Amino acid sequence: MSLFRKMTSAAALTALSAGAALAEPGLIIDLGGKFDKSFNESAYTGAQRWVEETGGDYMETELASEAQREQTMRRMAERGADPVVVLGFANASTLETVAPDYPETTFVIIDSIVDEPNVQSVMFSEHEGSYLVGLMAAMASESGTVSFVGGMDVPLIRKFGCGYAQGARATSEDIEVIVNMTGTTPAAWNDPVKGGELVRSQIGQGSDVVFAAAGGTGVGVLQAAADEGIAAIGVDSNQNYLHPGTMLTSMVKRVDNAVYDAFEAAEAGNLQTGVQVKDLENQGVGYAMDQYNADMVTDEMIEAVEQAKDQIIAGEIDVHDYTEDDTCTAAGF
Amino acid sequence: MTFLDVIQIFDSTIRLATPLLLACLAGLFSERSGVFDIGLEGKMLVSAFFSAAVAAVTGSVWIGLAAGIAASMAFSLIHGIASITFRGDQLISGVAINFLAAGMTVLIAQDWFQQGSRTPALTGAARFSPIDLPGVEALSGVPLLGPLYAQALSGHTILVYVGLLMVPATWYILFRTRFGLRLRAVGENPGAVDTAGISVARLRFSAVLICGFLCGLAGSYLATGLAAGFTQDMTAGRGFIALAALIFAKWRPWYALGSCLLFGFLQAVSNRYSTLDLGIVEIPNAFVLALPYILTVVILAGFVGRAVPPRAGGEPYVKER
Repeated sequence: MSLFRKMTSAAALTALSAGAALAEPGLIIDLGGKFDKSFNESAYTGAQRWVEETGGDYMETELASEAQREQTMRRMAERGADPVVVLGFANASTLETVAPDYPETTFVIIDSIVDEPNVQSVMFSEHEGSYLVGLMAAMASESGTVSFVGGMDVPLIRKFGCGYAQGARATSEDIEVIVNMTGTTPAAWNDPVKGGELVRSQIGQGSDVVFAAAGGTGVGVLQAAADEGIAAIGVDSNQNYLHPGTMLTSMVKRVDNAVYDAFEAAEAGNLQTGVQVKDLENQGVGYAMDQYNADMVTDEMIEAVEQAKDQIIAGEIDVHDYTEDDTCTAAGF
Repeated sequence: MTFLDVIQIFDSTIRLATPLLLACLAGLFSERSGVFDIGLEGKMLVSAFFSAAVAAVTGSVWIGLAAGIAASMAFSLIHGIASITFRGDQLISGVAINFLAAGMTVLIAQDWFQQGSRTPALTGAARFSPIDLPGVEALSGVPLLGPLYAQALSGHTILVYVGLLMVPATWYILFRTRFGLRLRAVGENPGAVDTAGISVARLRFSAVLICGFLCGLAGSYLATGLAAGFTQDMTAGRGFIALAALIFAKWRPWYALGSCLLFGFLQAVSNRYSTLDLGIVEIPNAFVLALPYILTVVILAGFVGRAVPPRAGGEPYVKER
């Protein structure tokens, strides 16, 4: 009898929690972990901000391996999370198979486009943010040479480099822009030693400002820049605090805003599917200012950058997007 | 290309060649004793992690170095026990060590520091700082040689010079001492060594431990000399390039110095120029990066001299009854 009572109460509880969970958004933290100081952490921060501001609850799981993607996505949808937010282009092919099976659930994917009726694809205009930091780099440079270190040579990274080179060239016609990619395999994301070596080589060729868009390799780039005393620009999250005094700024990609917006839109019941572009106008990308780089950035730079920002938003400056036609004259590829 | 460019490329060559050289000499000891070791990469990686982690916690690079060497030697011991004591397949044991290192470092790093499998950035005394060689002042007046000495040779961290000194030391140990003679003999004909009443297992274990020690230096140099901390998979295949260099050097110490400097030089050149313009032809960057492997295959194929590995390499020794 008592066993039966326990079971019924347990069933009632499950039903209750299922009812309550119906409106909860879900977030799947990708490989690399919640506190990776970069992409995932930014998404987590956005979710936390939503919790603080709305007092809502959300479900969260952390992927431990590549093989768990599909299973985790399905379980999240089955538990009633809506929307389910997944992070990074590595999820695209999995989501393409999972999304049609859960037509009632909305999925949000960041950094990739999945063409399904119940998926919101969030893309960032990295080229516009890179343009702004390129502008600042060229203004900060005394030698007339600035440089870029990319991670793996993929179109997304070339998009960063291309925007950067355009920004630098817009400041002065005869500026030299050195572009190096770390490699052509995924190992290029985690080679700080080679990153450091590339910067030293760029310094040898006269560069005095470097922009790193290279994941873990970037750590080595920023470190070598600090060791050699040249200015450096971080990427994705605000990395200014890493080396106060040599960090000029960071090209931030507001993944936190994307997650926050998705959660909030879902709560209000007006989450749009299709492609959402996060650009300068809706503060999806930008440059970071804080107490760590305040001394590095002059008022003229701020003025020029803000002006360029307004012009890009107004459409007066057209920053070329490498991924549109796979060419970039400014960076030479 | 100006003279300054040449100096900078040499400077970069020495930095890039040092981890290869240390790992290459490590492999040389192990393979000369008849124990193949494709776990150089994994041993460098654990050493890189433990040296960076311990240096970050204690604030002393020397304690970090000791921890890195200890971790690398512990992995050597695993390899030794698997392939010498239990006569397992040396290649499989090496692969296992590489996987174990790649997974374990990331797991522990995340658990200890919660920074996305990184260690905190090392500063001050937790890193090796550059040292100036004596005589920089005296030579500064000499044209060509002065700047070359001051900028390319001097001003590296101490582990670079340790690595360079390891070359004559290795040569001396292997070719001028009784231990070295026995070590080489055990790689060629362990039966003869055993007949002479010398323990094959003990000799091979000592070679494998020396290998661990040198890999420890290499990993520590990566994490605390070149970079300032550990990041996931930061060895990025250097252990395998070192193996290629070892074959290229035909298992000899001085040749190892040459091959590592050559491979380092090729990396430095490819870092510097996106295409190499030789006047007649333009060589793309990717080809320069692939050259070490191509050269190794050419050597192995027997076109330019022959690379003969130690005869008993790869075979566990079974005592005759």
